[in-house]
Amino acid sequence: MSGKAKLHYFNGRGRMETIRWLLAAAGVEFEECFLETKDDLKKLRKEGSLLFQQLPMVEIDGMKMVQTRAILNYIAMKYNLYGKDLKERALIDMYVEGIIDLNELLMVYVFQPADKKEQHFANMVDKATNRYFPVYEKVLKDHGQDFLVGNQFSRADVQLLETLLMAEECKPDILAKFPLLQSFKARISNIPTIKKFLQPGSQRKPPTDEKDVPKVMNIFY
Amino acid sequence: MSGKPRLTYLNGRGRMEPIRWLLGAAGVEFEETFLETREEYEKLIKGGSLLFQQVPLVEIDGMKMVQTRAILSYIAGKYNLYGKDLKERALIDMYVEGITDLMQMIMMFPFSPPEEKEKNFNSIKEKATNRYFPVFEKVLKQHGQDFLVGNKCSWADVQLIEAILAVEEKIPAVLLGFPQLQAFKIRMSNMPTIKKFLQPGSPRKPPPDDHYVETVLKIFKN
Repeated sequence: MSGKAKLHYFNGRGRMETIRWLLAAAGVEFEECFLETKDDLKKLRKEGSLLFQQLPMVEIDGMKMVQTRAILNYIAMKYNLYGKDLKERALIDMYVEGIIDLNELLMVYVFQPADKKEQHFANMVDKATNRYFPVYEKVLKDHGQDFLVGNQFSRADVQLLETLLMAEECKPDILAKFPLLQSFKARISNIPTIKKFLQPGSQRKPPTDEKDVPKVMNIFY
Repeated sequence: MSGKPRLTYLNGRGRMEPIRWLLGAAGVEFEETFLETREEYEKLIKGGSLLFQQVPLVEIDGMKMVQTRAILSYIAGKYNLYGKDLKERALIDMYVEGITDLMQMIMMFPFSPPEEKEKNFNSIKEKATNRYFPVFEKVLKQHGQDFLVGNKCSWADVQLIEAILAVEEKIPAVLLGFPQLQAFKIRMSNMPTIKKFLQPGSPRKPPPDDHYVETVLKIFKN
């Protein structure tokens, strides 16, 4: 039995990907247990390992943690990626919640029925370029620092980079009007732990392909 | 200009209600601005007060805070309702997130199309009785303490009492199989700040009615 964190999820991004990003950014090694079938999920439930019968589940420091935000909060605090005081945390939380809202839109796109895809795509791009990206572009412009909060690397930077890259996967020129986000992206991608995570062979997962959708739906529904 | 926090939202529960509960439980007085029309909402957006053009908005300690969870975390942290260390926080976060998932179902319910109302009602009942309440019943039974985490009142307890009362409004007998939760409900309701919040005339908002639903649809049309 190793002391490493152990992640339980299906072999894809979904709600576990941000957790993988944060652990990797913190330089924390982790193991993964991939569910393949509904029976795998049933087994975990039967064992009593899932507090609310749901994934993600992360075994860490003697706890079986569930609920994505709870897990992210714990990792961020433990590895000093959550600001230096209550007010920095408040800023980080606000920024992160906005990013999560956008991330959610991007994440569910592939699961939309064919007749809703076009409208969903348009909504995603509209929200990204008119609601969310301008906020972070302005934050960076106003203080001129390398990181979003407190002149120090935090989970907000990690989560923003993850989402910027996901948005670009959907629409490659989506950052065209955001020069500071472009330089942010380059800068944060070059941080050693993140650079490593962005290389082939890391535990970063590829985008969920349309053909994998039925398999995922089958495990969870 | 007072030093009190100011809440800006509609005159109803929605996403602001857990914030009212937490401030109420912490004994913190606050003021409220109620949005009644689309014009007022657009004016607020244009004024640059809403980071992501959304409410809730809570002006507190010189900040214009948005995003419900960010606001709740700040209040919990500030008023010592977030446990004493990282591990207690982890437990509180897990419990709060589970309860939030249940509350989300209740919050969205009035907006379900008529043909889906019965299904959604049954889903709330099923999830409350089979997924969420059993967890907290077991937590309380196992440690035998008054509060969910660390033998001290926390954000998790406030969120749970709010959820219990909200579910009971829809399903009055829902706590039938949960003696620990029944006792928890009485205990929490009798805490001075919460008792005060539960009295008529407090900032607590009534359950959503047709007028509230109409106002939401009118103001937040996209």
